[in-house]
Amino acid sequence: MSTKSVEEINSRIREGKCVVVTAEEMIDIVAAEGPKGAAKKVDVVTTGTFGTMCSSGAFLNFGHASPKMKASKVFINEVEAYAGIAAVDCYLGATQVREGDPLNAVHPGAFSYGGGHVIEDLVAGKEVTLTATSYGTDCYPARRLTKTMTLADMRDAILHNPRNDYRNYNCAVNLSDRTIYTYMGILRPRMNNATFSTSGQLSPLLNDPYYRTIGVGTRIFLGGGTGVVTWAGTQHAPLTPRNERGIPTGGAGTLTVTGDLKQMNKRYLRGASLAGYGTSLMVGIGVPIPVLDEEVAYHAGVSNREIQCPVVDYGNDYPQGTGEPLGLVNYEDLFSGSVEIRGKRIPTSPLASVVRAREIANILKNWISEGGFNLGAAQELFPTAPERVKVPE
Amino acid sequence: MATSKNVLLIFHQEVMYKPIIHNLVRNFDLIFNILEAKILPRREGRLILELSGDEEAVRKGIEFLEAEGVTVKTIADQSRRDDELCVHCGACTAVCRPDALSVNPETLEVEFFPDRCVACGLCETACPMKALKGVNIERLGDAV
Repeated sequence: MSTKSVEEINSRIREGKCVVVTAEEMIDIVAAEGPKGAAKKVDVVTTGTFGTMCSSGAFLNFGHASPKMKASKVFINEVEAYAGIAAVDCYLGATQVREGDPLNAVHPGAFSYGGGHVIEDLVAGKEVTLTATSYGTDCYPARRLTKTMTLADMRDAILHNPRNDYRNYNCAVNLSDRTIYTYMGILRPRMNNATFSTSGQLSPLLNDPYYRTIGVGTRIFLGGGTGVVTWAGTQHAPLTPRNERGIPTGGAGTLTVTGDLKQMNKRYLRGASLAGYGTSLMVGIGVPIPVLDEEVAYHAGVSNREIQCPVVDYGNDYPQGTGEPLGLVNYEDLFSGSVEIRGKRIPTSPLASVVRAREIANILKNWISEGGFNLGAAQELFPTAPERVKVPE
Repeated sequence: MATSKNVLLIFHQEVMYKPIIHNLVRNFDLIFNILEAKILPRREGRLILELSGDEEAVRKGIEFLEAEGVTVKTIADQSRRDDELCVHCGACTAVCRPDALSVNPETLEVEFFPDRCVACGLCETACPMKALKGVNIERLGDAV
């Protein structure tokens, strides 16, 4: 098997000779030239995803005033940020809802503003109001602080998302007799619609199903700027059953990603309000896959037809943690607008934006082609499956 | 020429209890479906109709309604999607029954066809970005 190293690919990027294609373009290349030919031809495959990703948030250091303060409670635009870290550090989580929000008192609640929206406002350069209280110490005597600030006024702002970019996910339906409002959108009763939420063949981890290249230190497109994969995400599950193409047939791998919020862009980082559920953050991520050998090439050529996900009932099974999936459906069918489940034709709706995912894969492709973005070689690889499928000739 | 459009009728306090719809049925050759009706606490009645018939008859019917003191708004002129806010995620398409919002299977963009909108308001609830405006019977036609 012929191989390339990340260092070799980086020097090709510097020389302006690197061949970069998006994950969608790679499908035809692998089909036409086989994995071996594709590996010879292509150096990097770019992927993309844009959707609601809970388990997102930002570490903010809002700086000291005079006198100094050890903040024990912090609110930004009335959204609480966890302050039990240090004197003026806090962590603002995407799903934290604004104080006084009626929540689901009148169901479904609108959840119009929360941590995700504060992050969007910061990135958009808007002024936010920070209030903090403290019990006062000899070294940090101040007890109250109110100040209006922008992202530029923050000492540091680091987006740090412990679980993003879920590889594959459920297709949600509702078998109950009432309409339900979930993080998978609005689901009509008696299985009258289905929703699903990945960018399929463009999705980063679906293009590197055994984590051959994506690991700690992989440099990525994150929220319009650059970021780094800093660990496997929470709930990372490498042992999810896989199909004959090596693709997990359910929720599997995840990533922890980190980057400087100050260089991000609101187009790719958006506060989301999910009726009846809460707030969150839509995040745009693009991961470059260095085509190290024919196995990497083969997997980066995966298409929607070859990726399946389980159909899960959110009316009863999911909330109760019981039951079995109703079956598997593939993404080609899901994106076509309807699927057949248990003999019934059901309209489908995506929840992640493939339009934006495609945009991100193309931006990353341009960054690399123009020499402005070097790949980060994975310094530590993630737990993976014990056996891998064989690459066809 | 036959035409069909979805309109919102606003019955202000003074005309709320007059048999205007009865006269619309009797005197004009129109077919209509009542899509939604609501009486608001501010003493205002609202009715969403799909009006179809000969173009001329539709025009005359609307003229009659306005002469009777009913405010008539074409829904297609009122419902809006803010393209700055929309990210084309597709969540709205899960609830839109008349297919005024649908995903183009080629480009995977969410397309909005205001002519088909019946102002049920479900997409306003479903949209995580609050990009859909004026598609709710209670707020439709209000100054934005």
